[in-house]
Amino acid sequence: MNQLKNFTKGFFKENAVFVLFLGLCPTLGVTTSAINGLGMGLATTFVLVMSNLVVSIVKSQIPDKVRIPSFIVIIASFVTMVELLMQAYLPSLFEQLGLFIPLIVVNCLVLGRSEAFASKNGVLSSIIDGLGMGLGFAMALTILGGVREVLGSGSIFGYKFIEGDGMLVFVLAPGAFIALGYLIVIINKINKKTA
Amino acid sequence: MEYIIIIISAIFVNNIVLAKFLGICPFIGVSSKVETSIGMTGAVTFVMVIATIVTYLLQKYVLDAFGIGFMQTITFILVIASLVQLVEIILKKVSPSLYQALGIFLPLITTNCAVLGVAILAVQNDYNLLESVVFAIANAIGFGLALIVFAGLREHMDMVNIPKAMKGVPIAFVVAGLLALAFMGFAGLV
Repeated sequence: MNQLKNFTKGFFKENAVFVLFLGLCPTLGVTTSAINGLGMGLATTFVLVMSNLVVSIVKSQIPDKVRIPSFIVIIASFVTMVELLMQAYLPSLFEQLGLFIPLIVVNCLVLGRSEAFASKNGVLSSIIDGLGMGLGFAMALTILGGVREVLGSGSIFGYKFIEGDGMLVFVLAPGAFIALGYLIVIINKINKKTA
Repeated sequence: MEYIIIIISAIFVNNIVLAKFLGICPFIGVSSKVETSIGMTGAVTFVMVIATIVTYLLQKYVLDAFGIGFMQTITFILVIASLVQLVEIILKKVSPSLYQALGIFLPLITTNCAVLGVAILAVQNDYNLLESVVFAIANAIGFGLALIVFAGLREHMDMVNIPKAMKGVPIAFVVAGLLALAFMGFAGLV
């Protein structure tokens, strides 16, 4: 029960994007379509789970003072792995996400979970926490990407169902801010009702 | 002429915050007052320029020279993290008043993706050292411009009567969207 709660908190109550406002740069930068959002979300999930796993294993060996730099090195190693794997197996997605793949290193969500959760909890709970938070992040990115894709180009996951171009502004930069702003309003409303 | 194009393009056309989505966390986080956003801009400019110079030299004379380009991400983030620490220590000794002013913003800069982003972009764009420096300064100015204009807007927004669910961050995003829309007017300038 406790682990289940640990897993599901990342989706609604502590959703990284909609509630905690962490990791906003990739959220806005790559969500021009649902598939890009999903790809970025899953890449971040991988880094999050692996860094949580390693941090929770080695946490007692790391002196408190050099904690943050050590976490960053661990995270950066996994980010480099993701970067190389994507370049080899998903070159088109890699092209689309571009700069934001190396920037997973400075995603405050990843470092935040290492610092706030994995450095204080056991291996299993850390993996579950990373998985829940990561998938919650992926969900948020996919929703935002989906909304922008539907409004901006009239398609979803690349499948076109409206003729014509749609509202181009939602694919461009301003649409990202506006769509996310209104999504947060909706989430605020829902959270207030259930709370 | 090349330098003017780099400057105009980085400040207005491809504004680092509003068009490239780098440095959104401080953009939303510390933009509630004009005064604090000026402090943040100062600290970011400082670190961004030094970090770009150091990472450029490292890329050219270490990573490229030994063919270990895949270490770029790890190297750059370590350089930036230690640089922030170093700047903090030096400032504390040399200029306590500046340290006081920038104080709380310095540690925040490590996780500002604008710094790492600019360092990587300067390498990706094949700039030489002088172009990289100009690029870093121009991006820092672009960051400051967006941050300070936005802080000015937010100061006024506090007094506006809007639905409760929109207060705080959501309305900030919508306004940022409108600001980005305004900056799109610069597209095609270069």
